[in-house]
Amino acid sequence: MSVVQAVALAAVAFAGTVTVLVSDPLRQIFTLGVYGLTLTLLFFALQAPDVALSEIVVSTIGLPLIALAALRKIREHERAREQETER
Amino acid sequence: MSFAPFAVAAWLFVVGLWGVVSSANLVRTVLCLTVVQSSTYLILLGVGYRSAGRAPIVADIPVVSRLVDPTVQVLVLTDIVIEATVTALLLALVVQGHKRFGSVDPADFTTLKD
Amino acid sequence: MSRPARLALFALAGPGLLAVLLVGFAGLPAFGDYHGVYGLVVDGVELGERHATDMVTALNFDLRAFDTLGEEYLLFASVVGVVVLLRALRDEREEDTEHDTGASSQHVFEGASDALRASSLVLVPMLIALGVYLVIHGALTPGGGFQGGVVLAAGPIALLVAGRYLAMKRFAPQWALEALEALGAGGYALLGVGGLVFAGDYLKNFLPLGIPGHLLSAGLMPLNSIAVGLEVTGAFLLVWSEFLDQALLVRRAAES
Repeated sequence: MSVVQAVALAAVAFAGTVTVLVSDPLRQIFTLGVYGLTLTLLFFALQAPDVALSEIVVSTIGLPLIALAALRKIREHERAREQETER
Repeated sequence: MSFAPFAVAAWLFVVGLWGVVSSANLVRTVLCLTVVQSSTYLILLGVGYRSAGRAPIVADIPVVSRLVDPTVQVLVLTDIVIEATVTALLLALVVQGHKRFGSVDPADFTTLKD
Repeated sequence: MSRPARLALFALAGPGLLAVLLVGFAGLPAFGDYHGVYGLVVDGVELGERHATDMVTALNFDLRAFDTLGEEYLLFASVVGVVVLLRALRDEREEDTEHDTGASSQHVFEGASDALRASSLVLVPMLIALGVYLVIHGALTPGGGFQGGVVLAAGPIALLVAGRYLAMKRFAPQWALEALEALGAGGYALLGVGGLVFAGDYLKNFLPLGIPGHLLSAGLMPLNSIAVGLEVTGAFLLVWSEFLDQALLVRRAAES
């Protein structure tokens, strides 16, 4: 097992643990993006370029945007609910 | 040392599962589920790896060279894109749940108990 | 089950699960020691059989094309689920949008800096070009329908980040996204029927194979790749617009 693979594995384990420990969903989305980047490096080190392409594209564009839009929608509902209870 | 990828995958699985179990916010539950899913990618790629193997693209290297297994890469590659969409479906469920119950805390979802 | 009870149960079950997994994985062959036969056969045979130089895409769209059909419909089903769940929420607010479409065509986000907007506009043609390249060159170099589809979907999103929300709605309206996704999903299945009609087996290759390394080679693979790329693009854009639509329309209704 080469040095690059060992370093990438350690980075993946660390980033995964940090992602799970973050408590605020908004911050967790960004940590998840960083986790996806470390996974991409690992997939490159394991000689899998197609998989690395797929992972980097999904974890930096796909997942954060969907999660951010969902969080935004939840916040809008909360605001609408507060406005109704004020009346 | 050669057991390390599998150990990291098992650790990620259990740690992600802890995140799912211990979260008080359903959006956080869904995002920790992503970590659990990624541990399976690691296992599959670890099984298919061949030491001193190269990527399975033969555009510029001779066909008889030592290549890494392409089958597991196919499984992981489609899996990554589809799990993103399934996560979107789960988040849509969370949004609907919030609309019905007014919170994203699973402890407040009380209809089933009544 | 309350949160403390869940955590207590996991304190017992978690380490047990970790131990079981580690013991199970210890039975696998060592990392790097590869015993599979199928991969070796594919590596040796694929170039002669289908003139494709990317083994992974060749497996995806030709040798195991039926699995990809199933996975593509998994994606389709998830997107249908998202649309069904969120569109019921949106109908309540439909009447607020009528008097907004007459407004200026550049709905700009407050707080978006000029640098963000300028760089996003520059990114849009680059993303679309990269996406088309990845989709079409699937059989030759790393790429394929799935990766290229997501990159293509990022193009209109960059338009949104650049602040041109209504321009994005004109570039990618709802009906076009639905049509795109249906075209990709149905197109893949119909290409399989072409294989049934002309070559005797569903999804079997029936186009001329060409010279390996050239763009028009590997038979049916570029077409399959394009169908999947269209579907993935339509799927991601549809999911995003379902989530984003309500958020932006509600805000404008609250301001007016």
